[in-house]
Amino acid sequence: MSGVRVLVGTKKGAFILSSDGKRDKWEVNGPLFTGWEVYHMKGSQADPNRIYASQTSGWFGQVIQRSSDGGKTWETPGGGMTQSPQGWPAGESNKFVYDVSPETGKPLTTHQWYDGTQHPWEFKRVWHLEPSLNDADTVYAGVEDAALFKSKDGGRTWQELSGLRGHGTGPKWQPGAGGMCLHTVLLDPSNPNRIYIAISAAGAFRTDDGGKTWKPINKGLHSQYIPDPNAEIGHCVHHVALNPKRPNVLFMQKHWDVMRSNNGGDSWTEISGNLPTDFGFVIDVHAHELETIYVVPIKSDSEHFVHEGKLRVYRSKTGGNEWEPLTKGLPQSNCFVNVLRDAMAVDSLDNCGVYFGTTGGQVYCSADAGDSWNPIVRDLPSVLSVEVQTLP
Amino acid sequence: MIRVVLPYHLRRLANVGNEVQVEVQGQVTQRSVLNALEVQYPMLCGTIRDHVTQQRRPFLRFFACQEDLSHESPDEPLPEAVVTGKEPLLIVGAIAGG
Repeated sequence: MSGVRVLVGTKKGAFILSSDGKRDKWEVNGPLFTGWEVYHMKGSQADPNRIYASQTSGWFGQVIQRSSDGGKTWETPGGGMTQSPQGWPAGESNKFVYDVSPETGKPLTTHQWYDGTQHPWEFKRVWHLEPSLNDADTVYAGVEDAALFKSKDGGRTWQELSGLRGHGTGPKWQPGAGGMCLHTVLLDPSNPNRIYIAISAAGAFRTDDGGKTWKPINKGLHSQYIPDPNAEIGHCVHHVALNPKRPNVLFMQKHWDVMRSNNGGDSWTEISGNLPTDFGFVIDVHAHELETIYVVPIKSDSEHFVHEGKLRVYRSKTGGNEWEPLTKGLPQSNCFVNVLRDAMAVDSLDNCGVYFGTTGGQVYCSADAGDSWNPIVRDLPSVLSVEVQTLP
Repeated sequence: MIRVVLPYHLRRLANVGNEVQVEVQGQVTQRSVLNALEVQYPMLCGTIRDHVTQQRRPFLRFFACQEDLSHESPDEPLPEAVVTGKEPLLIVGAIAGG
């Protein structure tokens, strides 16, 4: 019988939650990487036993972890050492260095700081790991300060796709409240050269040549908190989602506003409709119903918790604008948690499962596309990310 | 052998106890000890000092023999008690309490 493996990153380690296809009984493994922030874990579609994890710390920096047996054992993929010309050992696995080479690097050394001054790019952490759709050793990393890196050797070495930072608007990018992070990486299964990414607070970008060149795709976004509300860049995009069966249609949760694009991001229209508030972080698409989407409205950018003390997932079966609250099994009073941008996922079982994690440490599962919910776990550390693997 | 005491998170990462021993060729300095440490435990690369600049990460400090060595040159010889193994080099997270 098929099953699912839910990968949960938290502020104090990672957890792996496993179940069969019924999704009513769960095995909880963890914590892994105890005491470290695990911003994101994601499994490879090419090899479900290959999982990548971003383990990070303000004290000790960035570590990439890799499992080749479905999360039972882990390794830092740098492995052996090489001797640098200066004589000291040169470990590679955790090394994210911005490209400033004369051949491919751009002379782009600053971005906009909170106060409007220019500030140098400084690597802080990996927010999102996106494994290639067809090669388990190829993986992309979205990082803070915003850039996209790629590894073709299972996370041992990383090279920046510097055309993104160097395409011209970089000096206007600025950090959001959580830092200047590249948090969304979407690979188009129908076109290996097309990748979408999103940055807070710069906006969404697309490449159609495998990452060499990029263009902003923010036409139609309107953000009242920036000097030009309709600017080409500067929008605080919180998350973007697509269904792999229809990768040209994108759904976006912006700082405020839920948006939709029917043309690969060339233009966007608002679909917030009857949501009680259109601020939020997560957004996802049903695995089989292409017009069914999910968000969790958050009260406001000053009050990062759910609206009216009720934890409600909102579902639209019409591709937006018309939304219904999903509440069965979720707390409907005195609840003041947040659901962060990478903390929702869907499985691809026949009856689509939906999962999300909260800053209060709960991970909820719906095995019926959102109609009802059950907590898998209630008392984890604050949840940073949730991904799910559908296993054969 | 040079004794090195690691903070909790790095012990977990390297899968070691609270103290490790490394062999250092030549002069015993912060740099040579960290080089030897990273050869023995490659997963620690980048966690104590920056990959590129080799500068100490800002929230870490180095102590030995009840002295703060954090701001010493990485090529300054370490105290004799560290060289002889009588005292360890302590790598400590910089913020106490919490």
